[in-house]
Amino acid sequence: MLVFIARRLGGGLVLMLGISFIAFALVFAGGSHAAHSILGQDADAAAIAAKEAELGLDQPFIVQYGTWLLNALRGDFGHSWFNSEQVVDLIGTRLPVTLSIVTVSVLLTALVSVLLGMTAAIRGGWLDRAIQFVSVAGVALPNFWVAIVLVVIFAVTLGWLPATGYVPFGDSPSRWVASITLPVVALLFAGIASTAQQIRGATIDVLSRDFVRTLRARGLSERSVIGAHVLRAAAGPALTVLSLQFIGTIGGAVVIEKVFALPGLGLLGVNATIKGDMPVIMGVLIVTAVIVVLVNLVIDIVNGWINPKARLA
Amino acid sequence: MSTAMLSTELDRTTRPLRRTGILARILRNPMGTASLIVLTLIVLAAILAPLITVNPPGRADIGMVNAPPFTDGYLLGGDNAGRDVLSRLVFGAQLTLLGALSTVIVSLLLGVTLGLIGGYYRGRFDAVAGWVCDLLLILPSKIVLVAMFAVIGPNTMLTMAVLGVMVAPSFYRLVRNLVIAVRKELYIDAAQVSGLSDARIIGRHVLFAVRAPIVVHTSMIAGLAIILQAGLEFLGLGDPDSPTWGGMLQDAFTSIYSDPLLMVWPGIAIGVTVGAFILLGNVVRDSFDAPAAVRPRRRAVAAGSDAVTAPEGSICHVSGLTIGYAQASGDDKVVVDGVGFDVQRGRVLGLVGESGSGKTQTSLAILGLLPKGGAVLGGGISFEGKDLLAPGAARALRGRRIAYIPQEPMSNLDPNFTIGHQLIEPLRAAKGLSRTEAREAASALLERVGIPDVERVLRSYPHQISGGMAQRVLIAGAVSCDPDLIIADEPTTALDVTVQAEILDLLRGLQRERGMSMVLVTHDFGVVADLCDDVVVMRDGRVIERGTAEEIFGDPQQEYTRTLLASTLDGTPARSVLDKKGAQS
Repeated sequence: MLVFIARRLGGGLVLMLGISFIAFALVFAGGSHAAHSILGQDADAAAIAAKEAELGLDQPFIVQYGTWLLNALRGDFGHSWFNSEQVVDLIGTRLPVTLSIVTVSVLLTALVSVLLGMTAAIRGGWLDRAIQFVSVAGVALPNFWVAIVLVVIFAVTLGWLPATGYVPFGDSPSRWVASITLPVVALLFAGIASTAQQIRGATIDVLSRDFVRTLRARGLSERSVIGAHVLRAAAGPALTVLSLQFIGTIGGAVVIEKVFALPGLGLLGVNATIKGDMPVIMGVLIVTAVIVVLVNLVIDIVNGWINPKARLA
Repeated sequence: MSTAMLSTELDRTTRPLRRTGILARILRNPMGTASLIVLTLIVLAAILAPLITVNPPGRADIGMVNAPPFTDGYLLGGDNAGRDVLSRLVFGAQLTLLGALSTVIVSLLLGVTLGLIGGYYRGRFDAVAGWVCDLLLILPSKIVLVAMFAVIGPNTMLTMAVLGVMVAPSFYRLVRNLVIAVRKELYIDAAQVSGLSDARIIGRHVLFAVRAPIVVHTSMIAGLAIILQAGLEFLGLGDPDSPTWGGMLQDAFTSIYSDPLLMVWPGIAIGVTVGAFILLGNVVRDSFDAPAAVRPRRRAVAAGSDAVTAPEGSICHVSGLTIGYAQASGDDKVVVDGVGFDVQRGRVLGLVGESGSGKTQTSLAILGLLPKGGAVLGGGISFEGKDLLAPGAARALRGRRIAYIPQEPMSNLDPNFTIGHQLIEPLRAAKGLSRTEAREAASALLERVGIPDVERVLRSYPHQISGGMAQRVLIAGAVSCDPDLIIADEPTTALDVTVQAEILDLLRGLQRERGMSMVLVTHDFGVVADLCDDVVVMRDGRVIERGTAEEIFGDPQQEYTRTLLASTLDGTPARSVLDKKGAQS
């Protein structure tokens, strides 16, 4: 098991290196306009050249990447081109907001989807059909549209919950809950829509396996068959679905943050991209990727723990 | 949100499909027809936008700011700048559809082409491509697209092309897995032998076989692209010069207090378009996925009267047994039709027939374990005079009085639990033993079925032992509760020839030693000769001949029985020839 974890960890590091290279290449491909956008259109050639030299943009690409990587490994992601704030600090203050809504909604998605999906697979009937319907509707309607509808109903019309803003958990747990409720529900809707049906599919798949029939033939109670064997066999595919769901939710959170004016990572990225603030964009990309890689790592390890065969892979 | 959705079809459609027109399949389904009509109308509206709209989408009329629907030719009213909402909606379809097209084309070109190559040739190319896929799939596409705005600016077509690159891995995986499956098909070998070039084979045969899952996935990707594009536009990262659905939502959001109705229209437009794409994909997928709707089943009345009239010496009495499977059309497909026989106490009954003759269905019905959709439509089964078709009756006897030995040893052990757990757990459930007692019983059983190094096997997971060993474990499990009747479904078919003989010896030994009755399902008269006292020959769901083993071997009455006998005696496995017909029983 330790070897398995070490190997996965190594794989994750290599993956991060690859991602950082691709991200850097993408983000800094348009670097030549950077000095222009910082200094304004009227800046003269000398000033631009000076600015480029200052930012290191006159260096060859590979040198730029090397410098960035070495600094990043020491935890230094540079500073914003526009207000010279440290990228690490900027991200540090935004990250808890995004993680709050993403983590809570993914955990709730997991809980609700597993319950709904497995029940639908085992019982069938109206619940099964309801899930099929919700899965189409939930995917077809953009989550930010759902979010706006929620705002109109619960914030504007009923006034039960705040329409915008974020309250840190440390300041007031109850107001923290109130501030993330609507964003979480908006993300939850799309999350359940796409995962419940897949967990239903995975469960149906497991239920039709030979060993389930054999366990029943051995006189095992239905509770043991479903609760221990089917649940565990379906957990692998379900975890894979949830890890993809996590990646999707991090992306979905960007727009949700905008709707609820939550000062999260996504909004930071959007504002940076509109200004052309490359170090911040790069920082957001890398931090997101690190989180995703870490979550995948945890899921791989849990998977290896549940499924002895996965440890060989 | 949508990334997770992609993996469903990856799982569900990674197998090659039969050759039937996709369009015909879509049109056969009302939902498919409706989706197709909706999409056609949206495309037509986008193309004919300048002809079918009254006002230009960009013209602002101060008098029409936030005008309600049906005001002076503004069918859906005016937006917060006094522009015609309907006109903007119709023109907005243009960029939406073009953007989706851009994503679809790029991801198809990259994913399908490389997937065909990767799946056909495998090797290093596949390994590298697989790694790049991992890398791309791990990046949240929306965040990357947000970042790309800084580089490429408000260029919808280019942005959506980048999305195409980001989602290409899902196409790559899908197509690669499909191609690997198709590659094993005989007709591809045949094409190679007949001298067709690889390019020709891939282009004609392989691509044709995998087209339906590609259509399914393409419709999903189109839906995903539309949602993502609207999201970017909503964030202000869209094309500011053309009307877009996401842009309309952004405008509507700013006047959410004054005119909440404004956000309804683009929401409906997106929902209907994406919904149509998803439903279209679902219809295509379902039309290729075998049994569609499984209706809730009524159970036919059990034959209570038959139960008492079981002849002397019979432990299990089957009479007039009819088994059907619900079809999507509403009819039942009858797979077992009026089958009757008796299993005599302490004797072995061979249930013989080709694949699809209904012998496995019959044996599963005795256990009360017919697969989903299957049901006993008529006749009766009784065990020691008790009606096995009564609710819960079979369940109460399974694993206690009646046991089951399956055909395929590996797939019948739960891969996630140790052998020990899988032996001990049912023992405790069936006989109420303590953990230690059950463990001792399990060890003794494993020794009895000829497993060396019992302690190690108890600790092992199924993938750590051989197929022959796994079958011994399953036999040990079956006899663990001292059953009176064992149903063995082709217990040696999946094993090596040398192991087969040992397993048959073991079964014979256990049966004699414990005086058990046994139903042995097989297609192999060699096995029958070895083990059986009585024989029932089945064909197409009916019993065509029955008798003692001596009678059947000495003087077969039916031509079919003689053919089966001859094929076994010739040393030709009957199965390989006969398997081609009919469904797997």
